[in-house]
Formats: sequence, structure tokens, C-alpha cells
Amino acid sequence: MTERLDLPDTEWRGVSRKYIVVEVVGLIIFGLIVAAVTSIPAFLTGIQWFAAIPISLGVIFLINILLTPRRVRAIGYMLRADDLVFRRGLMFRRVVAVPYGRMQLVDINRGPLDRAVGLSELKFVTAAASTGVVIPGLPEQDAEELRDTLVALAESRRAGL
Amino acid sequence: MSELNGDQSEPGQGPSPETSAWTAPGETPGLASPAENIAALPAEVQRLADGEWHRLHPATPLLRGGIALIAIIGVIIVNARDFFIGVLFNDQNEFEPFGRLANSGLLIPAILIVLAVLVLSILGFYFSWRMNTFRITDELVEVRSGILFRTNRRGRLDRIQGINISRPLFARLFGAAKLEVNVAGQDANVELAYLSSRGADDLRLAILQLASGTRAAEAAAAATAAGEGASDSEHVGLVEKRVNEFLAPELDPHAAPPESIVRISLPRLIGSVVLSEATIIAILVAIGIIVTISVTGHYGWLLAFLPGVLGLGGYLVSRLTKSLRYSIASTTDGIRVGYGLLSTTNETLPPGRIHAVEVSQPLLWRPAGWWEIKINTASQGSSSSGEAAKTTLLPVGDMADVHRVLQLILPSLADEKSRELLEAGLAVGAHDDAFVTSPKRARALRWFAWRRNGFTMISDAVALRKGAIWRSLVLVPQARMQSVSMSEGPLLRRMGLAELRVHTVAGPISATIGALDRNDVIEFFNEVSRTAVQSASVDTSHRWRSGSAERTPVAAAEDPAAEDATAEPSMPQTPTPSIPFTPTSTEQI
Repeated sequence: MTERLDLPDTEWRGVSRKYIVVEVVGLIIFGLIVAAVTSIPAFLTGIQWFAAIPISLGVIFLINILLTPRRVRAIGYMLRADDLVFRRGLMFRRVVAVPYGRMQLVDINRGPLDRAVGLSELKFVTAAASTGVVIPGLPEQDAEELRDTLVALAESRRAGL
Repeated sequence: MSELNGDQSEPGQGPSPETSAWTAPGETPGLASPAENIAALPAEVQRLADGEWHRLHPATPLLRGGIALIAIIGVIIVNARDFFIGVLFNDQNEFEPFGRLANSGLLIPAILIVLAVLVLSILGFYFSWRMNTFRITDELVEVRSGILFRTNRRGRLDRIQGINISRPLFARLFGAAKLEVNVAGQDANVELAYLSSRGADDLRLAILQLASGTRAAEAAAAATAAGEGASDSEHVGLVEKRVNEFLAPELDPHAAPPESIVRISLPRLIGSVVLSEATIIAILVAIGIIVTISVTGHYGWLLAFLPGVLGLGGYLVSRLTKSLRYSIASTTDGIRVGYGLLSTTNETLPPGRIHAVEVSQPLLWRPAGWWEIKINTASQGSSSSGEAAKTTLLPVGDMADVHRVLQLILPSLADEKSRELLEAGLAVGAHDDAFVTSPKRARALRWFAWRRNGFTMISDAVALRKGAIWRSLVLVPQARMQSVSMSEGPLLRRMGLAELRVHTVAGPISATIGALDRNDVIEFFNEVSRTAVQSASVDTSHRWRSGSAERTPVAAAEDPAAEDATAEPSMPQTPTPSIPFTPTSTEQI
């Protein structure tokens, strides 16, 4: 029995290591905002017990940040003969397979942090909202090449809805 | 009753008329006199689907809101009559609105304002009718509407997900019907409201014919056949015709009128509605109130019961009337489902438009052995009530009905083996069959259902069997599947389990099954993702007739998907990374 939910004999392509930076910085910023907001009651009322909320949240964020490198390494995708497989998640793992012919459109998004380190996020949209294939942390060049590849593949394997 | 004012087509406004597939040889254009409308049917269809702009039924403004205007005018006239009678008999009532207006000297301006509003609204209705035009070409159906804010909506015929003809009670009295052409997406329908009843039926046939990819010769044959079939009802008076229309469940005189394969008897329908979850809640509430009254002694609590009773009654009655005169039949252009006693709807789903099917059984239906069938389709309406009726394919039926309907909507499951599997999927305990079920360690997550909870592949559809108390079987045809995923959380991971999900278009059904052995899930995931591509590549249902009939070179050329299927019948199905895509800087892991 395999230890994890994974596809046997699959060579996953990982995403750029720079994406760890993006994730960590994003988590730090978000964590600081959340901590600041949740510590307002402790400041206003002076009840020390309320400080437990921002502290516990801070611990959660810290654990999350420490796990980020592993989580980013867990993201993988592969172009198989007829479909795109995508995997992500450390604790909550998800593996999706989307036939190329099901593609409705491909999005490329760049957030401010992504842009700072030259990364893009590629979103593969099908007619089902729950498909949810979003490949983050691709170098800009790769993302565009991948998009063109996917569009070409989808065109050659066009299927109805 | 004049029919559609198609004569006033405006060739100047639209693009040049395209060559239509509707060239039935030897057909003369139909005369527009009412008695001969039925006889002139093929020509009529031809005329509406000729790619020119046509107008809608002349009674459209009246049906769309002119009724309210007439009612208001009626109220004013009644009041005015009272006033004038008062003036004549010198018996003025000063509290009467007209009397007060006359006294204050504002009567004349008031009358002028009312007249102006009246004239404006009549003009508005008239122009909105005049500006509301539609056309149907080989490729698309297009509607233009609006006076100040113009709207132009086009739907591609090969993207049609369903055609719905609805006849609200009032429109039925006028012999009018609303035709909705649904394409995929939220609220993506091209609405032709209103057409004459017969016009709507003919138009549906025409649109489906055009969408199916049937070429001229076949269409002509169908048209002549239709003409012959209709000729026997030639000499019918207007009243009789209207009565016939009102009573006929299917207003379709064309080649072999489809016979409904399921009949729901009234007792069964009432039983199914009464034995619903809503009834249980109502009974619980009633017990609660009775207990409260007997404890407190205040009968005022009965008042609290009243809104609940009204609500429940309304809900039950509306469910009942919606399901009355239910019919489901197979036609050459897909499945036709009809509903309704007073206001009827009648939907045609072309082949391959059903993305997921769920056969389920509410708890209280179990002793009776009744089942319900729901479907996911790609077109979603905005109103939730209409949506519920559209997604329920079979409101109630026994096992035989379920098999008949399933055979209709998933023809690939018709063989004996599939039938056995379907029976296993719906059976009570069901052990030791083709379904891969949850291991014993999953008992903590599926207390009663772990022996039932499982999946298998029935012919070319993924089948998920779930639930011991609320039993259900979800079927997803692989040619319609969008993607497949498997997932696990910390708990499932510890137990060596995983969840499988087949993604389809949005709808009431979510094809998810949890608490299954991880290795089974991985294996099934691989199988599904491999065979799904295969099924999709040989699927030609978006041009359903061109796929099954012998394919002429012309038809094949016009159908790139079908061409794909023939050009590469067996694509390499091994999961090898054969795609020449090499990222420049990402790392392997």
C-alpha cells in the first residue's frame, strides 16, 4: 500500500523554488494583519486573556510558514498524452486529471509578489467550476509556453461540452 | 387568429439570407388563412427557419404585461361610470376620486395625463413588439429586442443544450407559447416569447433538425412525412383547434407522435408528494404545537400553526400540479419531457446533453419502492423553482420506470450486463458485486453505508453508489465528464482512505464518493482518466444525426470533432509523458 495519495510512476514537474518566497512573504503579511486585528480587543479592554487569540493565531501562522517549503514542493503537474494531471497539498492532498479537450480557457495571473520575483500563475478552466486546476509559481516564460502548449493540445483534441 | 407575422421580414436590416437546408422540393408557400395553417405546415416551418428576420405572435404585448394595463383601464372606466351616473342623477359623492378631481378643477389635466400614459404605453407595447424580431439560420438562432436599449442575442445551434416550450395558462388561452433555446451557461437562453402554439412546435422541430446536422435531403423527407401526418386534421374549426391544442399533451403531429414511456398514476403522485421530507417536518411541528397547547392551555398557539399549514399546503399543491400529466418520451432529436396541468412546459433535451444522473430514494418512499431521477445539464436558469422542475427528470417511478428512463437517457447502458450492474447499484444490501466498496475500517465514517458505498464503471459511465438510509446512485457518462480528482485529508490519510470526485457542470448532483480504500481510488482514478479521453474523442453527439447516419464527405468536413474521431481512432492511451513541453527553469521532483 502506498503511503500517500499519489500517482505511481509519474514524474511530476515541480514549480519554481522562488514560489516559496512568495508564499512565505504573503503568509507573513497576512499573519501580521490578522494578528493586529485580533489583538485590538486585548488592547481596548485590557483583559490579558484576550491576548491568547493573536498568540495562538501567530503560532498557527508560524507552523504554516515552516511547512511552506514542503507544501510548495508538493505542487506538481504533468502533461500526459491526453490529459493534464495536477497535484497539490501536503495535509489535504488533491490530484486532478483534466483531459485537454475539456479546456474552456487558460488564465495567466500575476500578483504583485509574483511579479517581484518573475512568476506567474496559470489557471486551467473547464465547464465544471469544481475542477480548480491552478498551477502557481511558474516562471513567466514557462507559463506562457505552457499556455500555448495547452491551447494547441486542446485544439487538436477538441470535444463537445 | 393570424399567425406569426413572418411576412414582414426585413431583408434590409439583417445580413443577406443564407441558403437554408429547408428546401423541400415541390412545396408551395403556405397561405396564411387560419383554417389552412395546419395543412401548410412544412412551408410554414420553412418560412420561419429561412434565415430572415421574423416577428413574434401579435398577442405578445398583451401576454407580456398588457393584461395589467387593461385591468387598470378597467378600474378607471368603472370609476368614471359611477361618476357620470352620479352627475346625471345629481347624486354626487364627494369622496369619490372623480368627484374630488372635478371639484378641484383638475379633472381635465388628469384625464389628459391618463390618456397620454395610455397612448405612450400602447405605443411602447407596439414598438417593443415591432422591434422584437428573431431569425433562425443554419448556424444560429438570433433575437433582437428593446426600443431604447437594444439587445441582440445569438445562440449557436450546435451548442444547444435543450429547447423548452412553455405555455403559461393565460398564453394557452390565446394559443400562444414561449420557446426557449438553452445554451450552456448561467441564464444563457434565447427566448422567443410568444409564438403561436403550433409555430413553436414547428420551430422546435426545425431548430433541432438544423442543429442535428441533418442535411437537405433528409430534412425534405422529414418535412413531407410531417405534411402527410398533419393533413388529416386539416378541416378543423378555430375553436375546436384551440380545444384540441389545450387538451393535447404533446402538440407534435410529426412522424410517429412519441408515446410516454412512463405514466405516473394520480395515487402514486399524491403518495410521493405526501411521503416527502416536508411532511415529516410538518408532523413534527404539529406535535410540538399540540404539546405546547396541552401544557400551556393557550389556544392562541394554533395561530402559529396557520402560516405553516398554508406554506406546506401551497408547496404540496404546487409540487403536485407541476408533476401532473408528466410525460417522457424518446424522439429522434432527444428526450422530450412534459409537465403541468394548467401551465405546461415541454422540454426537449438533445442527445448527449445530460452531464450527470442521480437515481435516489427518499427514506419514506422505500416501502413503496419509488425512485426519483435528477440530472445535471449545462444550462442553468436563474429562478430556483423552474430549475427544480428542469433538473428533475422523473418525479416518481418504480424500478421498471427507472430502468426505462435510464435506458432512454443513457442508451449505452442498455445491454444486459449494464442492467445487472444498475440493479446492483440500486439494491438494498448489495455485497459481492462489481462495485468496489469501502473497506471495513471505513465503518467509523460510513456507519451503515460502508457495505454499499462504492464505485464501478458501467459501460461508459462512472457509477457511484452511496447511502444506506438515503440511497442513491450517481451516473456520469464519461463523454461528458470534465475532470476527475482524488483527495485526502489528515483523517482519511491515517485510515488509508481517500475520496474520489468526478467533476461535471454545475447542478444538483455532485458526483463525490468518500471513505474508500486509497489504492482502489488511485486505480479507479487512472482508469477513469484514461477512458474518459477515449469516450470524449469518439463522441459526436453535438451533431447527433450526422454521427450515426452514414457520414457523407460534406458532413464530415463540417464536423471537425467527428473528423478527429475518424482520423485518430486509437490514440495512445498509456500515461506516458509524450508531450514535447520542456520548461526552461523548473526543477524535477
